[in-house]
Amino acid sequence: MIRYILRRILYAIPIAFGVSVVCFSLVYIAPGDPLQTVMPPDATAETIAIVKHAYGFDKPLPIQFLIWLGNVVTGDFGVSISTRRPVILEVTDALANTSLLALFAVPLSFSIGFAMGAAAGCFPGRWIDRIVTGAAVVGVSLPNYWLGIVLVIFFSVQYMLLPATGMGPNGSTEFHILQWSDARFLVLPVITLAMIPIGILARTTRAAVAEVRNQDFVQTLRAKGLSEWAVTRHVLKNALPQVMAVMGLQFGYLLGGSILVETVFTWPGSGFLLSKAIINRDVPVLQGTILTLSLIFVATNLIVDLLQSLIDPRIRRG
Amino acid sequence: MALQLAVNGTSNGRDRRGAEQPLLIARDLRKHFPVKGTRGKSVQAVDGVSFTVAKGETLGIVGESGCGKSTLARLLLHLLVPDAGELVFDGAVVAAPAGIAVDALRRQVQMVFQDSYSSLNPRMPVRDSVAFGPFVQGRKKQEARDIARDILGKVGLDPDLFGPRYPHELSGGQKQRVNIARALATRPRMVILDEPVSALDKSVEAQVLNLLSALKRQFDLTFVFISHDLNVVRYISQRVLVMYLGRVVELGPADAIFERPQHPYTQALLASRPSMDPARRIDEPPITGDPPNPIDPPSGCRFHPRCPLTERVCETTEPERGRWEGPQSHIAACHMRNPASGHSRFGGV
Amino acid sequence: MTDIAALADRLEAFEEQAPPATIVRGYWQSVFDRLRHDPVTLAFGAIVLLIVLAAVFAPLIAPFDPYAESIIGRLKPFGWRGHLLGTDELGRDMLSRLLFGGRVSLLMGVVPVLIAALIGGVLGVVGGFVGGRVNTAIMRTMDVFYAFPSVLLAVAIAGAMGGGIGNGMLALTLVFIPPMCRVAETATTQIRALDFIEAARATGAKTGTIIRYHVLGNVLGPVFIYASSLVSVSILLASGLSFLGLGVRPPIPDWGLMLSTLRQSIYVVPFVCALPGVAIFITSICFNLVSDGLRAAMDVRM
Repeated sequence: MIRYILRRILYAIPIAFGVSVVCFSLVYIAPGDPLQTVMPPDATAETIAIVKHAYGFDKPLPIQFLIWLGNVVTGDFGVSISTRRPVILEVTDALANTSLLALFAVPLSFSIGFAMGAAAGCFPGRWIDRIVTGAAVVGVSLPNYWLGIVLVIFFSVQYMLLPATGMGPNGSTEFHILQWSDARFLVLPVITLAMIPIGILARTTRAAVAEVRNQDFVQTLRAKGLSEWAVTRHVLKNALPQVMAVMGLQFGYLLGGSILVETVFTWPGSGFLLSKAIINRDVPVLQGTILTLSLIFVATNLIVDLLQSLIDPRIRRG
Repeated sequence: MALQLAVNGTSNGRDRRGAEQPLLIARDLRKHFPVKGTRGKSVQAVDGVSFTVAKGETLGIVGESGCGKSTLARLLLHLLVPDAGELVFDGAVVAAPAGIAVDALRRQVQMVFQDSYSSLNPRMPVRDSVAFGPFVQGRKKQEARDIARDILGKVGLDPDLFGPRYPHELSGGQKQRVNIARALATRPRMVILDEPVSALDKSVEAQVLNLLSALKRQFDLTFVFISHDLNVVRYISQRVLVMYLGRVVELGPADAIFERPQHPYTQALLASRPSMDPARRIDEPPITGDPPNPIDPPSGCRFHPRCPLTERVCETTEPERGRWEGPQSHIAACHMRNPASGHSRFGGV
Repeated sequence: MTDIAALADRLEAFEEQAPPATIVRGYWQSVFDRLRHDPVTLAFGAIVLLIVLAAVFAPLIAPFDPYAESIIGRLKPFGWRGHLLGTDELGRDMLSRLLFGGRVSLLMGVVPVLIAALIGGVLGVVGGFVGGRVNTAIMRTMDVFYAFPSVLLAVAIAGAMGGGIGNGMLALTLVFIPPMCRVAETATTQIRALDFIEAARATGAKTGTIIRYHVLGNVLGPVFIYASSLVSVSILLASGLSFLGLGVRPPIPDWGLMLSTLRQSIYVVPFVCALPGVAIFITSICFNLVSDGLRAAMDVRM
């Protein structure tokens, strides 16, 4: 068991390394001289040479990578070109805001998605199954940023119930979660963000539950005299590992896909930071944000795998 | 049954060394599979197997699951490369520079697999599966298809009716006929049959066995027939080889093996067959002890933990096999056969 | 033993007289048959076809020039002066822009999936069949890209390269190669373990021949099913990239881009502004349902 945990953690390290290589090389696949991203266009040749040396652009690529990696590990992601603040601060501030969204979206989507899928799986072919499957297909085919716009049209424009954009009248600096005047800004973004995971989880859970229910041991349980509810509990427990894997992936989606939702609602989270960085060609922020989000995703997958092995003893042998 | 030399023109043209030369000689074949995660341990699937196959005979290979029969079958065709030992086909050493190349070997030896859902490509019509062999060995597509038609007819399947069918549209017996047709399409001289009838119902099994005998005569073939079913092996083989845990335990003419078995394992195997005769009731199981573990085989004679006649020498020393003198010789790897071993029961069971 | 022999002879004679029970059908024919009797999939397939045709024949069908601006005719509601679906913020006809926008969106949806299926498929088959170190190397490299959430990776690559339709398609292709590779590799590994592959090797066939005749036919199915399910994802991702400004450049019509530029105007003509999203939604859901139907028809245990 311990061996499996160690092996799994060990496996994550080269992946994280590969991720950092990809993030580093993002700068270099960009058109033009990377130096131009940090220099004003009218700099003299001398200034260019000095800055080049200071940033280390004149050293060979692998050395640059190691320097960059060394900085990253100590938390130095560089300085934002647009705001002159250290990137690490920008990223952590933004992440905090995104985490607020995730805090609500994750339990909401996981519980609703799982419940819908379980209900559909336990009554295959009946009307609840059809409704859930239909809703799931809709959820998965909907562009979530469009849903955001539609919700804004409905709730903000037509009926003026909820705010359209932003994170409260005081912005992100003072956000009091317990006050409705601030918290109401959360409602639409969270619903929008939760929609695709609900669809995917409902579909996956339904498939997993239906598959487990067909297995022989379920009939054995019934023959032993267990109540239908007790049988269902066993079924859900067995379906859980498969669903958990998808939940992990969906968490990653929430991290990455938030970029679209946050842009629609002007929510100052990591996704919004990313889109601003793209527009401003703010490379340090771009690199820092992508690296942070990806590493969080790698860590999430690791945790999900370990949790899965706790629940499903078959995995531990591998 | 005496050796039968077929006087049929199909394979005599390729006969290199005459009737006295065994078609196949296996010497000391060894194949171990390393086990992942453990240090240095391996599954000793085949551990020093030697035997010969004479031209035109059927050698039956018998043993329980896990004794290494299937691994041996694949070694004979070089589908697995042996760790040690050599194969000699019609006098030429396989995979040696001066001998016969593996590709050339595969033109003369083919294999019939056990009928399972995976023995035929589910996406290919049966006639294409059969035609694939000749096609690969150099025939043009139309020629290969004609060969397939012809051979399907010879195994008892109407090529127009069954050729375009897919494997899932055939019964077990029909699928096995297709497997046989596939093996014969390239006109081999020797066919290795790995549990060809084990998955079939008894009535179908009989049909297929008769088909095999008829084809053997018609095409002048030599068979190596692997099975765990003793009755089937007796029905079809001239000589029988008994395997246990990767080693040869007994080898001799079929009648001799079945009527006068020399090795305790063979005796136990034969005794454990259920009998229709109510007078023959046995009170105790003929074999005791746990089934063997091929990763960590017992020392000395591998059968000694389960042998009712085991003695000290059986634990320490590997028994000698005895010498192969000719087609009628009957050898057994047991200390009781060998006067020099020190076993108290030498001279007979 | 003679009893069995006699029994065998009698049974043999009996069996030869039995007529074939089923009409011979190939795998693809049976898929076709199943699809024919699946009205839902057929209906949505027809809609997909309509969408594709509308996009292809946009120059012939569109009532107005999608680039023709009008100062007075900005943000007009449905039906205003012949503009069935209203006008956008620069006075251009929405219907025409939607039709032309379909070309870009469909292109960006389908092409990356096709290319990724090709590249990922080849890598997966090679890795799966050869196995060993080669396979490990390929799959580990794919794992690194799997470590990124797909939206993030697409945005990162497209963003770093500066946007544009070509870069957007490249980014999407790179995002789809790892999953396609994994599907192909899994299928190939499963096939490789089956007996008929060994039988093919026993006839002396070379690896390339075996792959061509025995592996590809069995792997193509799962790869195709998976690719068809990726198309709707690709359309969503592509329009998402355009929404962020990483796709085509204005004034070229594209559904995602249109949503982005119309966002400011939702207070004026909300329903007109929501239209591009409706187009994305309908296209995506139709592809999704068709792909589900294809999977049901093709993924049969034979």
